[in-house]
Amino acid sequence: MALGTVWVFAELSQDRAATGALELLTKARSLGAADVEAVCFGPGAGDAVAELGRHGATTVRLSTDPAFAELLLGGPAADTLAAAVAEHRPDLILFAATHTGRDVAGRLAAKLDVPVIANGLDIEAGEAITVTTAIFGATQVVRTEFGARRPALALFRPKSFPAAVAPGAVAPRVVEVPAVIRECHRRARVVDRSVEIAAGPKLEEAEVVVSGGRGIQNAGNFELLREVAELLHGAVGASRAVVDAGWVPYSLQVGQTGKTVKPAVYIACGISGAMQHTVGMRGAQKIVAINKDPQAPIFKLADLGIVGDALIVLRQLRDELRSRPG
Amino acid sequence: MNVVVCVKLVPDPDSVGQLDATTHRLRRDLAEPVLDPGDEFGVEAGLRLVEAHGGEVRVVSMGPERALDAVRKALAMGAARGVLVTDDDLGGSDALTTAKVLAAAIGREPFDVVITATESTDGYTGIVPQALAELLDVPAVTFATGVVSDGTALTVTRQTESGSETILAGLPCVLSVTAGVNEPRYPSLRGIMGAKSKPMDRWTLADLGLGGVGGAGAGQTVVSVTTSEERRAGEVVTDDGDGAHRIVLLLARARVI
Ligand SMILES: Cc1cc2nc3c(=O)[nH]c(=O)nc-3n(C[C@H](O)[C@H](O)[C@H](O)COP(=O)(O)OP(=O)(O)OC[C@H]3O[C@@H](n4cnc5c(N)ncnc54)[C@H](O)[C@@H]3O)c2cc1C
Ligand SMILES: Nc1ncnc2c1ncn2[C@@H]1O[C@H](COP(=O)(O)O)[C@@H](O)[C@H]1O
Repeated sequence: MALGTVWVFAELSQDRAATGALELLTKARSLGAADVEAVCFGPGAGDAVAELGRHGATTVRLSTDPAFAELLLGGPAADTLAAAVAEHRPDLILFAATHTGRDVAGRLAAKLDVPVIANGLDIEAGEAITVTTAIFGATQVVRTEFGARRPALALFRPKSFPAAVAPGAVAPRVVEVPAVIRECHRRARVVDRSVEIAAGPKLEEAEVVVSGGRGIQNAGNFELLREVAELLHGAVGASRAVVDAGWVPYSLQVGQTGKTVKPAVYIACGISGAMQHTVGMRGAQKIVAINKDPQAPIFKLADLGIVGDALIVLRQLRDELRSRPG
Repeated sequence: MNVVVCVKLVPDPDSVGQLDATTHRLRRDLAEPVLDPGDEFGVEAGLRLVEAHGGEVRVVSMGPERALDAVRKALAMGAARGVLVTDDDLGGSDALTTAKVLAAAIGREPFDVVITATESTDGYTGIVPQALAELLDVPAVTFATGVVSDGTALTVTRQTESGSETILAGLPCVLSVTAGVNEPRYPSLRGIMGAKSKPMDRWTLADLGLGGVGGAGAGQTVVSVTTSEERRAGEVVTDDGDGAHRIVLLLARARVI
């Protein structure tokens, strides 16, 4: 069965198309679909059109209704998508496995009573649509085929695909989608929003990531990681344990329920190496681990493992980097 | 306030998981099952709401007979009543099926707040809360890191990809909580003893009027499970003062400095 239209649910990040959307559009182009379109909701959607088009969306279906920024997005976005699906009947809708992607896809699946696969890493479309997911810390790979119900919904972990501009892309057609906002969703309003602005490169894009876990002992010691990261023009990451403890914001979390990073070098400091963490960093080219426990599982995947006190090693590392010429 | 908390029985997260080679389902015989540690935060959040505003916490679980243990632990922590939906047809249920069953069980009585974790420790599809909210036709306030209530609405701080936001949500709603939203209490000895006499219902799919929603009804089929290539360990050395220097050498070889 030939694949009809594929939609990519494009999130906005500070009024730009989120990187995840561009990754998904790039992948969608390779599936042999009849057409690839983006769907984007939010007051800034208009500003994202050009970039979505450059990455392969022939049509951008958008709503700039302010309610999409004032309310929790999940309910209104699922309702609006459901109405658009009924009209245009896409075969497949791709989402980034982000908080918002999960909020929208989970509701939409229930609303349309269609299958949904979460945590996807790859997708193929031939006779059937098949999604690859990894479980148990990416030690096992599972391939799952969608049945006949359409649209099929799939969520992909960020960084599963590279984002690339489509050769010869022309400006996309822009189609306004009527927002469907039911009264019950007006009950959940966003009253405040804050964005963490980290200095230096973004965690997902940094060439070097210096990550800290519970072994860093307290929030104050993260300053040392920041200093080392800065000297390396890198970014600071963290394990979920320290995010849950409130030492650093969630935006720094690496792992299954955080960011996926693929830097040239990943330095894990005082991180035990639970599989939910390693799934987010095992794609690094080189992994360095500093842990005082020689049995820590992180050493099983480290190219260089240092058994020792992370704070002492990091201080020495900072000093040595500072004293390097140039 | 009528609070429902969803609780799931999962294999002990400290043991290594494995899929059955032929059924492609999680092997639950390998590890001692426990109440999902993530759900303890949900139970605690529910208890705090009713302690402040009255009402009671009802816990709902879908799973095998043994999931009664998870429900019992929640009762020992202080929940008032429990429900387990258990049925042979539910083995291998996908996220949507799970949400349908939970919604049917929850929707039998009025509720103000339904609490879940953000994802389960074993399945971690992380979309059951949202699907559940859709089926119950209420908003889903997800990824909560803080919850306060005046009794008629919730003020929730939640994680976003780039920071955080504050949501004011009227009732009823679904609330998914992250670890770190609170410090779950340990069941007291009195709580454990008392749990035995608390009301506990056991329902089948037929009791809920649901037919054909189980594993066989799922819209997706696992076609293969393979072991991925392992990363290999490199050298592990004990730091005797030159650890930092070794890292610098590696950074230089990787051409990042
Ligand atoms: C569904 C689910 C999703 C999850 N998602 C994620 C995720 O996305 N990301 C994530 O990271 N985790 C995730 N987790 C949690 C994960 O299972 C671990 O609990 C977490 O990664 C542990 O963090 P940690 O290594 O910092 O802490 P710990 O496991 O407590 O390890 C601390 C380490 O520090 C070492 N140490 C202590 N002092 C020092 C010192 N002075 N110098 C050097 N080393 C020291 C110790 O030897 C130990 O190895 C998830 C869990 C579940 C159930
Ligand atoms: N079988 C179940 N019984 C009760 N609650 C569940 C069940 N499955 C999922 N949940 C709830 O939904 C959350 C998210 O699950 P999941 O989407 O499977 O990762 C879990 O943490 C539970 O709170």
